[in-house]
Amino acid sequence: MKITGYKRADGKYGVRNHLLIIPSSVCAADTAQKIAAMVPGAISIPNQHGCCQIGSDLSLTQKTITGFGLNPNVGAVLVVGLGCDGVQAKSVADEIAATGKSAEYVVIQECGGTSKTIAKGVELAAPMARDLSKQEKVEFDMSELVLAMECGGSDPTSGLASNPSIGYTADKLIALGGSAILSETTEVIGAEHLIAARFEEDDQREKFLSQVKNVEDRAIMMGEDLRSGQPTPGNKVGGLSTIEEKSLGCMYKAGTSPFKGALDYAEIVPEDKHGMFFMDTPGQDIDSITGMVAGGAQVVVFSTGRGTPTGSPIAPVIKITGNPETFENMPDNIDVNAGRIISEGATLPEIGEELFELMVKVCNGEQTKAESLGHHEFGIYKLTGTF
Amino acid sequence: MNAVLHINDKDNLVTCLRPIKKGEKITVDSIEITANADIPVFHKIAIAEIPKGGLCYKYGEIIGDALEDIHTGDHVHVHNIESTRGRGDKK
Repeated sequence: MKITGYKRADGKYGVRNHLLIIPSSVCAADTAQKIAAMVPGAISIPNQHGCCQIGSDLSLTQKTITGFGLNPNVGAVLVVGLGCDGVQAKSVADEIAATGKSAEYVVIQECGGTSKTIAKGVELAAPMARDLSKQEKVEFDMSELVLAMECGGSDPTSGLASNPSIGYTADKLIALGGSAILSETTEVIGAEHLIAARFEEDDQREKFLSQVKNVEDRAIMMGEDLRSGQPTPGNKVGGLSTIEEKSLGCMYKAGTSPFKGALDYAEIVPEDKHGMFFMDTPGQDIDSITGMVAGGAQVVVFSTGRGTPTGSPIAPVIKITGNPETFENMPDNIDVNAGRIISEGATLPEIGEELFELMVKVCNGEQTKAESLGHHEFGIYKLTGTF
Repeated sequence: MNAVLHINDKDNLVTCLRPIKKGEKITVDSIEITANADIPVFHKIAIAEIPKGGLCYKYGEIIGDALEDIHTGDHVHVHNIESTRGRGDKK
């Protein structure tokens, strides 16, 4: 099955053609945003980190923002750095440029302050925007597509209706040769035995199980009851009682396909494997989506019981709810009403097909509700405190 | 539309697909159950006796332990069921 998009120098295909302005640290975020505001079509990401981090935590920030630049939905990149920051702008730009993508950088301290950096940044970004506007879409195969799956603001209808609909869509995409990512390690606790049984390779299964154990051990090590944060207060009001119940509903997003691998946060989906993957992300929606988009996902489906407006700066986010009342309550945010399974007796394949068809249209250029409202939520998983 | 959804034969808890009133009689797998409390939509009702410490099932899987004796028709939620995972407070 063919869809249309933008071919990149590394052979991947994007379903959007963004010019991305990346602040390498929080200190450059405002300047990056001002440059983006002056170049039509450009978008910046509100990076809140990138300095005074250490070790794996520092490298995770760099990996995540670099992953955003490498994502096929991005056609060109300008990295904005302060100069003395932990993540160096040149390093990020060089890694992206090495794939053949147009990537430049500016450094505030070297340019001589905010005004001169904005001028220099616009000077570099404007021709990139013009080049991207000239790029024509080409046909490509669905097997090039990586789907990110997320759920947030869950209630019991997520596990009963919207997540199984996503699972149907993921299975169909994988049958066509594509890939999908299940994430949120916290929301696998209590359901890991079912997911683990679906891994094809023992070493990947072991990696997955250790990812889940690490998250549970973190709560135990802190001496805290995981229930103080999971399920969330809204999950509980909606009817979810325990993390096990939430996890068992959460995993329905993963359909029935075998798992090909367990990825670290923001790890890029391997090119030589297609199918279902697990990514180690927190249950927090925004950080989780950010990790999967940094890993190369071009499109996101998001299941929500209670309703959320979430989007992404560079990937279209399709929202589906299993709760008929939420669909009525938040019509400007929710794209698909899987609540019809509960209230009108619609079948899972009916809603699954509807979601799949919408996903194809969105990949071909149709805006999701989150896109049309300009939702650009972005957050990087933190492994430790900032020093 | 059914009042409740019984997902798996193993399940001793079912999900209410509409609000249930205290004293209301509902039928689950041709057995009549009386609700012992008002139960909000999408919350769970017990369809079997579960002793304190007993296992609570939904999706055919364990979703937690009973904190107290749970009787058929009881509203089952955070007040009488607890997670067994991620319990650093219990160490």
